[in-house]
Amino acid sequence: MTKTVQRVITALQEAFPDVDFAVAPLLAGRRPEEEQVCVRVPPTRLAGVMRFLYEDRRCRFEQLCDLTCVDYLNFPEATDRFGVTYALLSLTLGHRLWVKCFVNDPDPEVPSATGIWQGANWLEREVWDMFGVRFTGHPDLRRILTWEGFPAHPLRKDYPLRGRGERENYEVIHRDSA
Amino acid sequence: MKAAAPTYQGSREEFLTTRLDALVDMLRQYGVNWARKNSLWPLPFATACCGIELMGVGASRYDIARFGAEVMRFTPRQCDLLICAGRVAIKMMPVLQRIYMQMCEPKWVISMGACASSGGVFDTYAVIQGIDQFLPVDVYVPGCPPRPETLLEGVMAVQRIVEQEGIRTSRERGRGLRLTVQPAAELVQIGTEARS
Ligand code: SF4
Repeated sequence: MTKTVQRVITALQEAFPDVDFAVAPLLAGRRPEEEQVCVRVPPTRLAGVMRFLYEDRRCRFEQLCDLTCVDYLNFPEATDRFGVTYALLSLTLGHRLWVKCFVNDPDPEVPSATGIWQGANWLEREVWDMFGVRFTGHPDLRRILTWEGFPAHPLRKDYPLRGRGERENYEVIHRDSA
Repeated sequence: MKAAAPTYQGSREEFLTTRLDALVDMLRQYGVNWARKNSLWPLPFATACCGIELMGVGASRYDIARFGAEVMRFTPRQCDLLICAGRVAIKMMPVLQRIYMQMCEPKWVISMGACASSGGVFDTYAVIQGIDQFLPVDVYVPGCPPRPETLLEGVMAVQRIVEQEGIRTSRERGRGLRLTVQPAAELVQIGTEARS
């Protein structure tokens, strides 16, 4: 963990003393200066923590590199199902942070980050489309890869790889119908 | 520009002249299909890596222009050969069907590559497992991707279909010849249904 990230963690713990951030390296066995740090945030506190990470002058995460989700169904030792993952980068201070927010069935819901990073808009639509995690406060939460009315969330682990017949469900055009 | 203006004086013999009656003879002998088969205008429906090979076929080394099929048109109304090059995603299938419907008769379809013909290695919820489930296909070109020669052979197979099928539209043709291409460039007929 680099010094600036250490400062970020301290700042977080000072500002949110009631939250257990479960600070852990993202990948074990890296050299300390390469190590990236992951913190856990409960969905109820996510909006406040994100705003803090964006605004505090020790954090200054101006950029949301990625927003994605992991389905931990049947994952060994996993306690929650969906881990919505944020990859943050501070351009001024040059450090990175991963934020994970775990939610569960039914109705997994996470506050939207579009109010802070505009770029979260399509990323959140993708997570909604593929995993069915709802983002409250999102300005336009429609599906983005599949079409409106697609019956499933295909990247969930309990969705079969070959689908549930969506790919066979078309009108057949014969020579005489064209 | 220093070059002198071209003069055509004294070079009258160099002009190529075509006798119109020879052309008329050709048309009498072979019908409109002779013209049609040598001016297939493809619609390049290139959705994936096969499309790169399709571009290679269009470029100078393989030169699809030798078969009169170099005029790639991106509007279906000007095309008579739909080359589906690449996998078709579930969201793309209605688009492909609409493009096919918009093409004017007579029209032919080449399914290029393993993906378009069978889904290839992409056996997932999002990929159509062969466009022939939902569209009439005339020629399947195998390969991943097919070599340019293979696609040219496919175009030649379409030419043979055009030649044999006469000026009937695809509605009259029934399900078409369903030809496939063999490495020896033989024309193999695998289905004879609905042929009169
Ligand atoms: S057949 Fe092979 S080259 Fe063609 S689209 Fe499929 S994967 Fe790509």
